[in-house]
Amino acid sequence: MNNAKRFDLLRMLFAILVALLISFVLIFFISEEPLTAIFTLITGPFRSKRNLGNVVESMIPLIFTGTGVCIMFSANQINLATDGGFHLGGLVAAFVVLKFGLPGGLSPIVALFLAATAGAMFCTIPALMKVKTSSPELVSSLMLNYISQWFCTFILMHFLQDPSVGSASHKLPENSALPVIVGGTNIHVGLIIALVVAVLGYVFLYKTKTGYELRLTGENEAFARYSGINIVKVILVSQMVGGIIAGLGGGVELLGPIYPRFSWMALLGYGWDAIIICTLAKKNPLYTPLAALFLAYLRTGASIMARYTDVTLEIVQITQGIIIMLVVAEQFLSGMKHRMIAKEARASLKEEEVA
Amino acid sequence: MTCLEKNIILQMNHIMKIYSNGVVANEDVSIELEKGEIHALLGENGAGKSTLMKVLFGIESPDEGQIVLNGQETTIKSPQDAISKGIGMVHQHFMLVPSLTVAENIILGVEPKKKGVFIDMDKAVFAAEEIAKKYNFDIDVKEKVEEIPVGIKQKVEILKALYRGADILILDEPTAVLTPQETDELFVQLKKLKDNGHTIIFISHKLDEIKKICDRATIMRSGKSMGTYEVKDITTEDMSRLMVGRDVILTFEKEPAKPSKVLLKVRNLSVNNGQGVLKVDDLSFDLRGGEILGIAGVEGNGQTELIDSLTGLNKSYRGKIYIKDTDIEKSSIKGIRDLKLGHIPEDRMTSGCAGNLGILENLFSNQYNDPEYSGKMLLKTKRIQERSNELIKEYLVKCKSFRQNVGMLSGGNIQKVIVAREFSTSPDIIIANQPTRGVDVGAAEFIRRRLLEFRDAGCAVLLISADLNEVFSLSDRLAAMYKGKFAGMFTDVSAVTEEELGQYMLGLKHQEEQEGMIYE
Repeated sequence: MNNAKRFDLLRMLFAILVALLISFVLIFFISEEPLTAIFTLITGPFRSKRNLGNVVESMIPLIFTGTGVCIMFSANQINLATDGGFHLGGLVAAFVVLKFGLPGGLSPIVALFLAATAGAMFCTIPALMKVKTSSPELVSSLMLNYISQWFCTFILMHFLQDPSVGSASHKLPENSALPVIVGGTNIHVGLIIALVVAVLGYVFLYKTKTGYELRLTGENEAFARYSGINIVKVILVSQMVGGIIAGLGGGVELLGPIYPRFSWMALLGYGWDAIIICTLAKKNPLYTPLAALFLAYLRTGASIMARYTDVTLEIVQITQGIIIMLVVAEQFLSGMKHRMIAKEARASLKEEEVA
Repeated sequence: MTCLEKNIILQMNHIMKIYSNGVVANEDVSIELEKGEIHALLGENGAGKSTLMKVLFGIESPDEGQIVLNGQETTIKSPQDAISKGIGMVHQHFMLVPSLTVAENIILGVEPKKKGVFIDMDKAVFAAEEIAKKYNFDIDVKEKVEEIPVGIKQKVEILKALYRGADILILDEPTAVLTPQETDELFVQLKKLKDNGHTIIFISHKLDEIKKICDRATIMRSGKSMGTYEVKDITTEDMSRLMVGRDVILTFEKEPAKPSKVLLKVRNLSVNNGQGVLKVDDLSFDLRGGEILGIAGVEGNGQTELIDSLTGLNKSYRGKIYIKDTDIEKSSIKGIRDLKLGHIPEDRMTSGCAGNLGILENLFSNQYNDPEYSGKMLLKTKRIQERSNELIKEYLVKCKSFRQNVGMLSGGNIQKVIVAREFSTSPDIIIANQPTRGVDVGAAEFIRRRLLEFRDAGCAVLLISADLNEVFSLSDRLAAMYKGKFAGMFTDVSAVTEEELGQYMLGLKHQEEQEGMIYE
């Protein structure tokens, strides 16, 4: 690791520290029992196997959407349809396991495959619009999320609804649930799939020709074009791959042990979380599990804190926000970075004189 | 000049400036200005002249050192601050608003107001005319900036600085964009300013200009000051030795060219710039293997549009372009590159590299599809790493490893990475657009030698350069481009002088031209 990279890492840790400190100060202002609250926030996740399990299981969707966003953002395609793609993936998986009547082993596989396909098709829409009409993917993908949300609600209410429970589907069949892998928790096979996806995402971006094209285009499109890279292909492929992962993530989440029925009426927000993950992971899918672990830990801690003390869950939203702002603020600690570089340069000047 | 009449207006003492990429641009540089002198700041590209002036003008803050203005130590926090302290700067690239008039540009930011809110245009025009008259600048202040020639634009820049009350005027390579004739005119103006008591810092690397106009010269080399000299006491040879550190070889030993078959054929090429201006005007020429065709011209005379069409970046041209007999009208950029064409782009940072990616990533953008470096899907990482190390060694790229980001390298080393990439595919045609702009002497010489080696190996080279010295020393044939046409084509480069070429570049002279002339 060279010094610049080490500095970036330190800067990120420092940003996290500053954000936590600010959150603690806020807790002091609003809470009757601030020390208990902070203590619960930090140690809560370790208090029981179930709590620890909560941390790990809530990593799963974050790894998926985070990896997808890493790939799209690496190509500088700011596609925000991950939220909608994830939602759609969940719906398609529910539809398959409820309606297709496939045998046990096959049912979840087909469900996940089609969920991924739906996510891919969905997230490719902004890419196609960009290529054909040069509409910015940021705007079109954002709008598409609403379409996905209401489309899914429509399908749910008309085809999947269980009238006896209201706005939820019939119970998902047992034989298509993803098996739990750690007893006493809800940690399921999805974790393994997520980790495989993160690694494959890394291989795709950093070891394949297409990934190389994506990254070159993402860093400097004019340079990529001048080099002879097909920019249209990059726009399409990056967003499609991002969509595959988002859809798959939605399917995995739904078939996990947490949801007995498909009952998603509002968007779950994993698309936005993905941007946090992508920022913390510096667009490298390999680091998404770490970033997801951090975020999941923070949130689990916060929800335990909310349960046992007078501080609400939303406090972590503030923490998250501050972290992201500090991490993306290029100038944050730039004076320190400059002094470090200047020191190095001076040292090497001296070396040259000696030589 | 004796010590008694010495009237020091500005001192910069022991300035040290390190950029965020670790480049030490100024290392203990000191300079002293006397009131009413024209002081040359002389050095090769990358010697640190511009950095020193950016420090003086408040664009960069120094890591060490002291600025003394009129006997008082001071810090200059921003360009506004510099202006308020009587320092004005005319940048190499003009900072004018093209759609506004000359008068509007001059008063921009310090507008005379009506009722405290509205711009008083009459007063503005009056003030602009007044200042133009005061300094004897012959300018129509009501004309729009986009409609006036480069020479006049520069005068507007100077007036802008004077209007803001500049006593010290920094001119950053003012003659780079001017023809020899415009340069002479500028010099007359500068002498008048000097007689008026203004102090001028004249940044340049052209020795004859400094001889002509400057009183003293501070010479810089690789970030350090090599001393200040009375211009009349120092010979150009000594200046160049101090500047470069050795005698510059201005002419290359080269074998006579052995042109072979035509590799690039251009017929009746016309390119519109999208705003209805014809940038390339019915141009036809041939380029053969084993020769270097140089194109000299003032920037903006169609060179960029010509290159963009040849390399596939611009597809909306009229006429025909053949590369090795293939009509490239329908070819993609990759298709053209596959015809073994290498292209050193004009602006290395915008299209020549990805600064945030490593050297390795930047070395293979044009050849990662080669079976040598990748299979059906995967890159052959190990082979690419090996080859990166080879290229770094071969092209003398100064870096820590191939993982280092290209943006962290110095300009010369970035250019070497680009050249290494474009040359390593062993191209048959090389299009080199400003291949040594802003590159240190060593790297420039290296790149030029490489171009000659390729020529000798039978490669066709199209060289576009603003550096007359470069086109003169390398070209086998030399064209002067003016308003999208070749105003002159010289098959015997030694028979034409710089002065003469300048006249063709400015459009003062035209060679006898027949309709649809083909330069073979």
